[in-house]
Amino acid sequence: MSYLTIRNLSANLKGRPDRILRNVSLQVAAGEVRGLVGESGAGKSMIGKAILGTLPLSIEITGGEIILDGTDLLKLPPAQRRTRIGQFCALIPQDPLTALNPSRRIGPQITNRLVDILRWTRADAEKRARELLAEVHIPDPERVMRSYPHELSGGMRQRILIASAFAAEPKLIVADEPTTALDVTVQKQILKLIAEMQARHGTALLFVTHDLGVVSKVCQSLSVLYGGLVLEDSRMTDFFHAPKHPYSRALLAATPKYTDPDGSLTPVPDAVVAATRAEVEAADRSAHV
Amino acid sequence: MLDGRSQIKRKLPPRLILSAGWLILLGAAAMLAPWIAPKDPLAQDLFLGQLPPAWVQGHEPGYLLGTDSLGRDVLSRILYGTRLALTVALLAGSITCIIGATLGLLAGFLRGWVDIMISRAIDIWMAFPPVLFSILLIAVLGPGLTSIIIAIVVIDWTRFARVIRAEAMTQGAMDYVASAQVAGRTRLSTMFTEILPNVLPTITVLLTLEMGIAIIVEAILSFVNLSISTDDPTWGGMIAEGRTSIHQAWWVLVFPLITLFLTVLSFSQLGEGLKDRFDPVLR
Amino acid sequence: MSESYAPNLYQIDNLRLSLADMTKKPLVGAAPRLEILKGLSFTIPKGEILGIVGGSGSGKSTLGRALVRLLEPSGGSIKFDGKDITHLPETDLHPLRRRFQMIFQDPMSSLNPRHRVGAIIAAPLSLHGLSNPRQRALEALDHVGLPRGFATRYPHELSGGQRQRIGIARAIALKPDFILADEIVSGLDVSSQAQVLNLLETLVKDLGLTLAFISHDLSVIRRLCTRILVLHRGEIVENAATPALFANPQASYTRDLLDAIPLPDPKQVWA
Repeated sequence: MSYLTIRNLSANLKGRPDRILRNVSLQVAAGEVRGLVGESGAGKSMIGKAILGTLPLSIEITGGEIILDGTDLLKLPPAQRRTRIGQFCALIPQDPLTALNPSRRIGPQITNRLVDILRWTRADAEKRARELLAEVHIPDPERVMRSYPHELSGGMRQRILIASAFAAEPKLIVADEPTTALDVTVQKQILKLIAEMQARHGTALLFVTHDLGVVSKVCQSLSVLYGGLVLEDSRMTDFFHAPKHPYSRALLAATPKYTDPDGSLTPVPDAVVAATRAEVEAADRSAHV
Repeated sequence: MLDGRSQIKRKLPPRLILSAGWLILLGAAAMLAPWIAPKDPLAQDLFLGQLPPAWVQGHEPGYLLGTDSLGRDVLSRILYGTRLALTVALLAGSITCIIGATLGLLAGFLRGWVDIMISRAIDIWMAFPPVLFSILLIAVLGPGLTSIIIAIVVIDWTRFARVIRAEAMTQGAMDYVASAQVAGRTRLSTMFTEILPNVLPTITVLLTLEMGIAIIVEAILSFVNLSISTDDPTWGGMIAEGRTSIHQAWWVLVFPLITLFLTVLSFSQLGEGLKDRFDPVLR
Repeated sequence: MSESYAPNLYQIDNLRLSLADMTKKPLVGAAPRLEILKGLSFTIPKGEILGIVGGSGSGKSTLGRALVRLLEPSGGSIKFDGKDITHLPETDLHPLRRRFQMIFQDPMSSLNPRHRVGAIIAAPLSLHGLSNPRQRALEALDHVGLPRGFATRYPHELSGGQRQRIGIARAIALKPDFILADEIVSGLDVSSQAQVLNLLETLVKDLGLTLAFISHDLSVIRRLCTRILVLHRGEIVENAATPALFANPQASYTRDLLDAIPLPDPKQVWA
């Protein structure tokens, strides 16, 4: 039983023929971690944004369904859609430096959502925030709640954003390249933390990333995108054992492996790119017939 | 060899066409005023005082926009007023721009003591109330075209200096500046070849904005009778005179006001339009 | 080849660099100095491809910028080809500048958005008084595998990988002895990453360049570099030949760094 089902989701640049998403379909089961993988411009972040209703104004959804917990979000009136998203979804953003308001203390930035949207009492919300900060292994949560973001390191801030994402027990979290801005050593801790929190809370997670190494550490299944088209939808172990699509194979081969002294610099062959591009165009033609 | 991408011609934005059109029309009017003005702008005829414009009951043929209380032709006076307005706009605007932008560029790019001196000067300058400052200046310098231009330059150079300084600081932090240094370019040369092209769009917008502001300042000074001489027609002077007879002859006030409004609007839109059209960096 | 045969292109002794810490500047008085590089000593022999690795705040970019004298060290010395350039003023530096070039991390910010590609590559050539800068710029485009037609384009009309090739073309057009590459693939997709790295490898071989390659990612460095310098908080924690470093990392920080790289392989399990 999938918690999130996306069916034939399409999106365009407003008023122009440029397509951003091409009949994207995917499912995330309750408690599952699905990776969305692709290079820049593949549309992977756009799927997350479409679910959360945070697409840029220049992009419009032209068709399809985003079914969250049995309800198609795109059929709801905007106000109801926002409430629903606020209740059931959360985001772990890419850049911990800009995702926290620099002029407010950490505490209220975690509790506000609980108090304002979910109508918790302030005392309950603060208690919850302290518990969560402890849960993401932040020493001295009391002090951190009174701190301003600039007093904390990048890794600390990303922990806070993770705590904040899990605060209202959402059913689905979109993590949009959550470790791209971090050092590898910090990335490792954060990835382990996300996996740990996800397992404990049983949250469905949509993990957007360009890094297949990261996928292999946190995801159970993945969708590979190119040009807004889903090329492959696989279980994680199957994918790394034998990727189905030629483009996926090339992408995997191009991902550097420090354990491999020689063969690690294989660019995606031009022929594969050309064939994949042709496939995207073919998908467009068949969609128009 | 050109490729398809660089061959896409950007359309002329409508606001560029409209604003440039209006300004060209004004420029032509200013130059041709002696030939196209229907009447002598200074000729008074008390029997023809406060004639309404041509589409209102009681008008006289030949006075398209009516006459003022002294019987002077409003259209002719607007046409002649254009000469002063545009002269002030072009001269005051460009001089302010050159001085302000140069200081801003030097402060923002060279930093150090140059920046400290220029920034302090800006801070102190901006603490003076601008209108009082300009009235004071004119009072000292005596009325006249040169005084107006000097007053505008002296007051408004900080507008350019502040904005261009901030912009030059942003651009100065970019790696293409470091790259120019690695290539062996001198600081001053870097400022002109690397930074200047990147602040040019901002300078263009500020310059045209400043031209509009110069026209307004000139009108304000005319309004308080501190512009050139009271005889020569100016838009501000006409507005000031029209104010006294607003209930009997609204046209004396309204037509110069509309002209002023359209001209200032056109200048600001011209800047934005030029940027849209000619900046190589597409947004 | 051992170091005693190869003359050193760079010799760095006890290099120190501190910057004013503006975040801690008191209301009155000078800001405290923030020590970024804490006495580094190493050499770069001619023909070597040196990897400089470290996390953010390790000082690797600062070290790079000191090597090409974008920053002036506050202590120690940098000798380039036997000549002390540590505090050399810009005018005396000018003739040497041609011999050490840099490729920047972000090709969008390092290419002037309002200059055409041809002019960007040709500018350093004319600054150093080389003949036919236009022609040489076009040849540099050939070298990096881009069509000559790109000369009339603006940087924003190109893809990330193409822009980074322009950065490489600009650096090699001067035929320098040394190139510093600062995180040049970290902003690129993996597919263009491999292309740019392969291109760089070929060029270094063909042109007989000495290269310093700064990266936060050990996995892209392995194939390219002959020797690796690991930096941590402004100090060198390890300086070893590439095979030795991967086979038997000495510093615990190097081991942490290696352990933290996520391999695209589900069989790697993190403790």
